[in-house]
Amino acid sequence: MENLLWLIPALPFLGAILLVLFGGRLPKSLLSLIGVGSVGVSALVTILLGFEFLAERPLYYQQEVWQWFSVAGFTPSVAFHVDALSMVFIFVITFVGFLIHLYATAYMADEADFARFFACMNLFVGSMLVLVLADNLLLLYLGWEGVGLCSYLLIGFWYKEPANGYAARKAFIITRIGDTAMAIGLFLLFQLFGTLNIQTILSDAPQVWPVGAEGALLVALLLLGGAVGKSGQLPLQTWLPDAMAGPTPVSALIHAATMVTAGVYLIARMNVVFELAPLAQLLVAVVGAATLLIAGFSALTQYDLKRVLAYSTISQIGYMFLALGVGAWSAGIFHFMIHAFFKALLFLCAGAIILALHHEQDMRHMGGLRKSMPVVFWTFLIGAGSLAALPLITAGFYSKDQILWYALAGENGNVWLYAAGLAGAFVTSIYTFRMVFLTFYGPAKTHVSHPPGKLITIPLILLAILSLVGGFIELPHNFGHLVLFSELLQPVLPAIEASASLAANEWLFQLLAAVVSLGGVFVAYLFYIKSPYLLHRLMHNGLAVRLQQFWFAGWGFDALYDNLFVRPYVFLANLNKRDIIDSFYTGLARTAEGFHVMLSQSQNGVLRSYVMGIVVGAIMILTISLFL
Amino acid sequence: MSTASMEAALLLAGILFMLGLISVLIRRNIIFMLISVEIMLNAAGLAFIVAGTRWVQPDGQIMFIFILTMAAAEVSVGLALILQIYHQLKTLNSDAANIMKG
Amino acid sequence: MILLWMIVLLMAGGVLAWLAKRWHPVLPRWIALFAILTDLILACYLWLGTPTAVTGSSPWLVRLEIPWVPQWGVNFILALDGLSLLMLLLTFFLGALAVLISWREISTKSGFFYFNLLWVLAGITGVFLTMDLFLFYFFWEVMLIPMYFLIGVWGHANRNYAAYKFFLFTQASGLLMLLAILGLYFIHGSQTGIYTFNYFELLETTLDPLAARLLMFGFLAAFLVKLPVVPFHSWLPDAHSEAPTAGSIILAGLLLKTGAYGLLRFVLPLFPGAALEFAPWAMLLGVVGIIYGAILAFSQTDLKRLVAYTSVSHMGFVILGVFAFNEWALQGVVMQMIAHGLSTGALFVIAGFLYERLHTRDIQQMGGFWSKAPKMGVIALIFVMASLGLPGLGNFIAEFLTLVGSWQANNWLTVFATIGLVLATVYSLRIMQKVFYEPAPTDRPLPDLNARELLITLPMVVLILWLGLYPQPILDTARPSINQQLEAYQEPEVEEKKVVVAEVPEVELGIEKMSE
Repeated sequence: MENLLWLIPALPFLGAILLVLFGGRLPKSLLSLIGVGSVGVSALVTILLGFEFLAERPLYYQQEVWQWFSVAGFTPSVAFHVDALSMVFIFVITFVGFLIHLYATAYMADEADFARFFACMNLFVGSMLVLVLADNLLLLYLGWEGVGLCSYLLIGFWYKEPANGYAARKAFIITRIGDTAMAIGLFLLFQLFGTLNIQTILSDAPQVWPVGAEGALLVALLLLGGAVGKSGQLPLQTWLPDAMAGPTPVSALIHAATMVTAGVYLIARMNVVFELAPLAQLLVAVVGAATLLIAGFSALTQYDLKRVLAYSTISQIGYMFLALGVGAWSAGIFHFMIHAFFKALLFLCAGAIILALHHEQDMRHMGGLRKSMPVVFWTFLIGAGSLAALPLITAGFYSKDQILWYALAGENGNVWLYAAGLAGAFVTSIYTFRMVFLTFYGPAKTHVSHPPGKLITIPLILLAILSLVGGFIELPHNFGHLVLFSELLQPVLPAIEASASLAANEWLFQLLAAVVSLGGVFVAYLFYIKSPYLLHRLMHNGLAVRLQQFWFAGWGFDALYDNLFVRPYVFLANLNKRDIIDSFYTGLARTAEGFHVMLSQSQNGVLRSYVMGIVVGAIMILTISLFL
Repeated sequence: MSTASMEAALLLAGILFMLGLISVLIRRNIIFMLISVEIMLNAAGLAFIVAGTRWVQPDGQIMFIFILTMAAAEVSVGLALILQIYHQLKTLNSDAANIMKG
Repeated sequence: MILLWMIVLLMAGGVLAWLAKRWHPVLPRWIALFAILTDLILACYLWLGTPTAVTGSSPWLVRLEIPWVPQWGVNFILALDGLSLLMLLLTFFLGALAVLISWREISTKSGFFYFNLLWVLAGITGVFLTMDLFLFYFFWEVMLIPMYFLIGVWGHANRNYAAYKFFLFTQASGLLMLLAILGLYFIHGSQTGIYTFNYFELLETTLDPLAARLLMFGFLAAFLVKLPVVPFHSWLPDAHSEAPTAGSIILAGLLLKTGAYGLLRFVLPLFPGAALEFAPWAMLLGVVGIIYGAILAFSQTDLKRLVAYTSVSHMGFVILGVFAFNEWALQGVVMQMIAHGLSTGALFVIAGFLYERLHTRDIQQMGGFWSKAPKMGVIALIFVMASLGLPGLGNFIAEFLTLVGSWQANNWLTVFATIGLVLATVYSLRIMQKVFYEPAPTDRPLPDLNARELLITLPMVVLILWLGLYPQPILDTARPSINQQLEAYQEPEVEEKKVVVAEVPEVELGIEKMSE
């Protein structure tokens, strides 16, 4: 099984290549078979590998496919390394990826560019798998940029709409800014370690750096730069809401479940470096806390169903960053997995709704869908419950509770981070149920034209089940005390100890989290079902309106970046379109031309003036030669 | 052999040269300009001969023969050109020939 | 002898092509294609046939020496090492593509066109092969004049201006190089009593610092203009955008590379001291070029001009890497020369295809071509991605190695060069956006690539992928000659490292250096 490791990323790549080469000629059924089948087989191999991994419990499996290149001791390989951390990721990527591909065959059935869509999707899955399986940072960087490319292509899938193209471009460029920081981090790492092999760096780092070394800080910050770019965290989060221009399966797979969590993976993967740089780690937590709040408030005010989900993704990744930042490594990864389930579910449900309503995405034009789309309603409700972390029954509760608990009681935790997390949880549950109430309750405003078919509902049901039961593999130790997940990750990620003084009262904080989550649901219920006039009254308050607009515009980040970077750049570039340096040379040419004109004046054709010129010249030369 | 002083001879050459030069500058008729050029050439030739005698070297006379040959060649080419100019322009005014400027 | 045959074949093929026009109008292009392909096969044979010699001690694979003007010490020396071999492969490959691309495009005076094309290639081949400075200068000029005709006769609307500009820039800078060559010749002669233009013997010359500096600037003038480095770049956009497609390919893919090659072959080993002194400035010029070129590329609306400015930006990496003086950077530079030749060549090819179909190079008038010409879209996408340095394609390896190498030499400049990658993304995506995305401004049909066009572009796609995924054969071929060029720096490099450690970055960052 171990030798088949390379198949996991290779199969989707093969699918992509086949689709590119023969996409135009094959019938749609065959295209779907290639597109879905390649990811499906890859998922199958992953699951088999996973069983073997769970049975044998090795530290890792490793396979070198070929040596990429070798220059003066710089010898990155195309080699795959799978340990518990990457195992979790490849499971999510292939399995959720497979479900989304399956869903997409129905969702995209009417598209002319079916082959292009699946080629990009397969390419994405392949790149993402390379990213998480890479045994060295350069290969990881390959996957990292590869997923960026696919994200670009898929956001701009409906390329005829200029806005989509711009959204795609924005996503690529902003993530590339982060990638640049990461690339510099790689140069620095290579200079210090002489290799980019992840395991070597992780094992050597404690010898090279003492805790708090500035080198470690610098590397950690640069890697963090890459992570915030890819994961849509502050300050590079602005691309993600716009990325919703892509087809909904893309949003589900790339911009919710997998690619945007690459930053989480990177930080978790390089955990040793971050542990050696406590300042950087704290910054990770702060970035996470700030992002989860900012995005949460923005989500409250959006009307576009997908934009709400996009902001909620940013916010949930903020939770993951918070977890990583306080040292609750496995809690962060756990939340990643659960989030992948429920967020993919929510996006797919949203897709089903959008498809049923003729590409209507505005929640103000929805409503009353509870009756007409019961399967979608129930699965969406499960997803929403999980996102809002409704206590006990949903998986989201277990993962988020863990994060909140360690944000307070972990060794790096503190009250502020906890407070931010808790406030975020409250906001999350409000906007989630606002979404549920606006979409499924109230009077129907748009007629449902296509009820979702089996290919759409099956992935929904499977993901809904996972969003419910996925949490039960890791239960808090005051009830159940099941630690299957963190035990699995134990060899890869450092464990975290809760502070003893607080541990006795853990149940109190769990209760608080549960109350906050339910409170949020109640508030949403109050405003959107019970007494909508409250909302009306609120919207007549000037301050509230301004706040609403500010949040709606994503806290003005877009405008800020536009005015600070984009416009000056475009302005300067256009100003210099004719190339100022060239004008030096044209100036030179002009001067020569001027002399030409001047001297040609003297050629007047009057013979006597020429003679005069000769005489004067001769006299001057004679004088000079006499007196010098 | 009576000898004129070199200074006097050179002065004569100088005066001749200046006369030639001035008339080249002020004359418009091309024929006269050509004649003036000949005067200048001969002035230069005289200076060569004077210098040759002074230092008892044959070079001066050789140079004079050179100048003579060159002057002959120049006159033949010059006259041919002048004929052409006259044909084309019906005048010998050198200023009228400025249409030939580049 | 095989080396001489390569050049003679091209020159003879050129003359024959010119004459053959009288017999049959399609004969010239077949002759040209045949001559170049034969050379390509010869070069491949050399490459595949001598794998053991590559790892041997001497980097020189083949050498040919014939006295030419013995009283002046001028010899006809051709020598081939890994670097030259790679450059030759690139030359003949792009040369063959240039013939194929002109297959239909060139209808007027086609005999003379192929004559010029082959003579440019012959000149380039000579530049890459010769190890006699006199002969080097000769070939340097040989590639200039036919290129002038290529631009001036078959170019677009503003061709005369562009051709003059190209000629004046390269000629003036070439004369400075000639002065430097003569200076070197006489200094060497007065020192040893042997007046010779032989590169191998001139390498032994010891120069006092001032002379070294002056002579180096003479050589640099020619190479920096050819490369081009930023204040001397302004001939390039005009020449590239006005030249016919084949001319643009040769300019971008090969002529620029002669500048880079000259830096590696002559400046580094001949003037190690002066080069070390100049290194920070050179790297600064490189970084300025990267960023300045990228900004200019962004604002262009003429597709070919846009691509031309991307060349300026990409060539910044070359000079950045050359003056970092370590193997990573130099390997990166060699990779960059090849990968850029392919990727930019391909972008010009695509611009040529578009021009053929639309008769415009203005990207404002394009758009929405993805659905009309999906094959072209995919191929354009690949090369646009190559130009922004997407991993998995050749340019990434090149840029990454260059930056890894230059990072060892200068941290801050490398940081700015890396920012250039973001700007590269900005202008590259603009190409995609304007040409292939957005609604189509006209309903005019746009035929997709035909078989001949696919035959041109697919090999480039395969090669750029190969360079990106398994560049080892290239790196292995280049290694011996790169080490040879770096030999002069082995001693100073150690010193330099100490200086670096003592000076800024490490201390500032508080990084403990690992024992090496």
